[in-house]
Amino acid sequence: MHAFANPTRFLRIAKPATSWLLLVGVALAITGMAAGLSLTPPDYLQGETVRILYIHVPSAWLGMAGWLGIAAASISQLVWRHPLAAVAGRATAPAGATFAAICLITGSIWGRPTWGTWWEWDGRLTSMLVLFFLYLGYIALASAERERGGEGRIAAIYGLVGAINLPIIHYSVLWWRTLHQGESIGLTGSSIDNSILWPLPLTMIGFTCLFASAVLMRIRGELAETKVEARMRRMSR
Amino acid sequence: MSQWPFVVGAYSVAILLTAGLVTWAYGSMRRAEAAVDEISRK
Repeated sequence: MHAFANPTRFLRIAKPATSWLLLVGVALAITGMAAGLSLTPPDYLQGETVRILYIHVPSAWLGMAGWLGIAAASISQLVWRHPLAAVAGRATAPAGATFAAICLITGSIWGRPTWGTWWEWDGRLTSMLVLFFLYLGYIALASAERERGGEGRIAAIYGLVGAINLPIIHYSVLWWRTLHQGESIGLTGSSIDNSILWPLPLTMIGFTCLFASAVLMRIRGELAETKVEARMRRMSR
Repeated sequence: MSQWPFVVGAYSVAILLTAGLVTWAYGSMRRAEAAVDEISRK
């Protein structure tokens, strides 16, 4: 892990990885969504709306995984002072916020025909909305800190504190049994029939690759911006 | 009530936002790397 803290070594791996992740991500996401829209049967209870599963579940996973990445980057920054940690945290936040937003919007659209309402202050929905606002706060704080020339320590502390929300989101369906259904996909199995479930791994991996590709692009962009700023400072002396 | 408009709406939102994220990330990366190339040539 420490080996990748060197930006030059990191870029040697990140440059080809960005294109590969993008290509694999686009291919798997399109295949999974096409299969989910045309090759799976409608659910006996939810009908055609069950197809929203193939985009809603990956976006929920990536919304949460994004903040897990920010928390890991925050620990790296505060404990080991990795030079790339703050950059990685800042690069992850817009992608995480986007997928948290997709999760909220697709969940709301799914809720209307299933529950009869666009929104309910249910434990899962509310904690996910809190995550989205945490992302907005992180983006504002981290960019303000960067503009002032700070090391990003305040944003790192905020990233760690915000991680408290992740177990709340995960266990919300057990703690507050309201509208959102309980866990139907776990590590040991799923209560969803295989005839409906099979395209889900395709979109899960596909959107994860797209997420990773977007994060790598942002890291490369930030490293390049830092290089330009450093050169400009040297030239102005 | 037809359920397909909800499905199409949800997929459209997911595709548009994901494509927007990737396009924005790619554009800002290309601009920054082009600026590095430009300043290296000077």
